[in-house]
Order: sequence, then C-alpha cells, then structure tokens
Amino acid sequence: MLILTCPYCGIEADETELSPGGEAHLKRFGPGSTDEAFETYLFHRENPKGVHFERWRHAMGCGKWFHAARCTVTLEVFGTYSAQVTEPPAEIREKITTKRPGWSWRGIE
Amino acid sequence: MYDPVGALQPGTYAGFAEVQVLPPQGMIVVRGDLSDGALQSAVTAAVPLAMPGQTGASFENGRGIFWMSPDELLLMCPYAEVAGHVDSIGKALAGTHHLVADISDARAVFAVDGVDAREVLGKLTPADLAPSVFGPGSFRRTRLAQVPAAVLCETDNRFVLVCFRSVAGYVHELLKTAAIPGSEVGYWRD
Repeated sequence: MLILTCPYCGIEADETELSPGGEAHLKRFGPGSTDEAFETYLFHRENPKGVHFERWRHAMGCGKWFHAARCTVTLEVFGTYSAQVTEPPAEIREKITTKRPGWSWRGIE
Repeated sequence: MYDPVGALQPGTYAGFAEVQVLPPQGMIVVRGDLSDGALQSAVTAAVPLAMPGQTGASFENGRGIFWMSPDELLLMCPYAEVAGHVDSIGKALAGTHHLVADISDARAVFAVDGVDAREVLGKLTPADLAPSVFGPGSFRRTRLAQVPAAVLCETDNRFVLVCFRSVAGYVHELLKTAAIPGSEVGYWRD
C-alpha cells in the first residue's frame, strides 16, 4: 500500500484516495510538431526499476494535482512536491542522491 | 416558501452505534484566496467563528467553518440563513476572483453516534482514525468505500459526515451495514 503526503493539504493520503496521473514532467508536442516528436510525447514512457517521478491527484480530498518521487522496487517515497514545476526541485533530487547514489531518470540526476 | 426535503427522511438506525440521517443543513461553498483579509472577514461575519487553518474546522451549535482545500471553505449554518449569507459574502467579495454558492440541497449529512462510532467509520475509510490522530475537532476529507465524504469528529463518540446527495442512499446503506449489531471489531477499545 502506498501512502503519499499531499503537499497542498498535508494529509497522508492512502493510494485509494488518490488518482494516478502517469509519468511526471512530460513536455507536450501538439499540432505543428514532427510526427516523431508527437509519437514520443504520446506513447513513449519510462518504465524504470528504481527511481521514478509520477503525477497524482488527491481526488478523494482537496482535489489538487501534485508530483511524487518514489522507488518502484521498494515503494519507498522520497517526497511529494508542487504540480507547478517542470522538473524535480533540488531538495527532492538531493534526498534521492543520498539514498540512491548515481540515480538518473530521463537525463535528470 | 417550501420546506426543504433531504435525499433521505431523517431517522435513526440502531446498530452497535447509532446511524442518524440528519435533517437538511444549510451549507455554503466559498472558493477564493483564503489568505485574503476581505474573504476572511466576510466569512467570519456570516459564521462568527474562528477562521480554521489547514485541514482545520471550527464549529459550534450547528454552525461551522471547514477547510476543504487550499482555496475552498465549507460553511454550515441554519438552512433558512443560507440565502442571506450567500448574498452578503458575494457582495463583500464583488470584483475579486471568488465563488460563493448555496450547496445545501446538493449534500447529505449523517451522524454516527455511540461508544463504538469510530469502529463504524474504521471499516469504511482508509483514513487514520486512531483517537490520538483523529480526536475531537479533527476534520478530514476522505472516502467511504467508493465515494468521497468529509468527516468531522465532533466528540470521541460522535462523527458527522457530509457526502454528495446523489450517493446519500449508498452511504446510508454502508453505514447501516457497518453498524450491524455483533459486527464490532473492538480495535480501539481500551
């Protein structure tokens, strides 16, 4: 069972109170982009064994979207943070580095 | 004027804790910048209680202010006062980005009362209901089985629940089933 702390209301929400929103920090390629970029945006997803970043929505609660950093192997949660960012904040990245030295995810480390 | 009619007739189910369908309750949703002084004073003028902090609640004698999300409050007051408060808050916030709406008829209100009231909810929600965490005065939005609900711990033996009116029948059945005599778990008994 996954328990994530919603950064907006501070509630420790159970996985079943949340809606999963898939991979975090996607950059949108819409009309006008190349077919290849659009395909990558639409279909290509990370499937890491280890550090992963995801979007979640506190659906049965305050209703806000947020980001979570966790490990897909141990289910350890490194932290949750605001939805209004395009990459993981330095504080979260440092926390992951101390626990998983040498990690990288989609070019972020 | 008409008499308000709730989704269910007020009444009581006597399980190992009492499940009560409460009569229609006046409720107002206020959305906007909660740190704004004008919003705070408009809200506390309508419901004369302290402004609650994050996930907090203040309530007394059928009136209350509940923190629903970083930009949303739920106000409770007697049903007949709602229209007046919606009007006065709306006027006080005119020109700012806000929402004030009467949702009294869009919600259903229940109470679970009794020594083992906590047990009934413990069967239905993943929220941590341990008395040390969720004591009197605590408020939290969570889910009851498959539907969202807001739970207020009024006293150690009484919880008030607010859910959408459309699922009132479902929530009532859930609560009654969870309160069937003989199905106590006894997890929080001393």
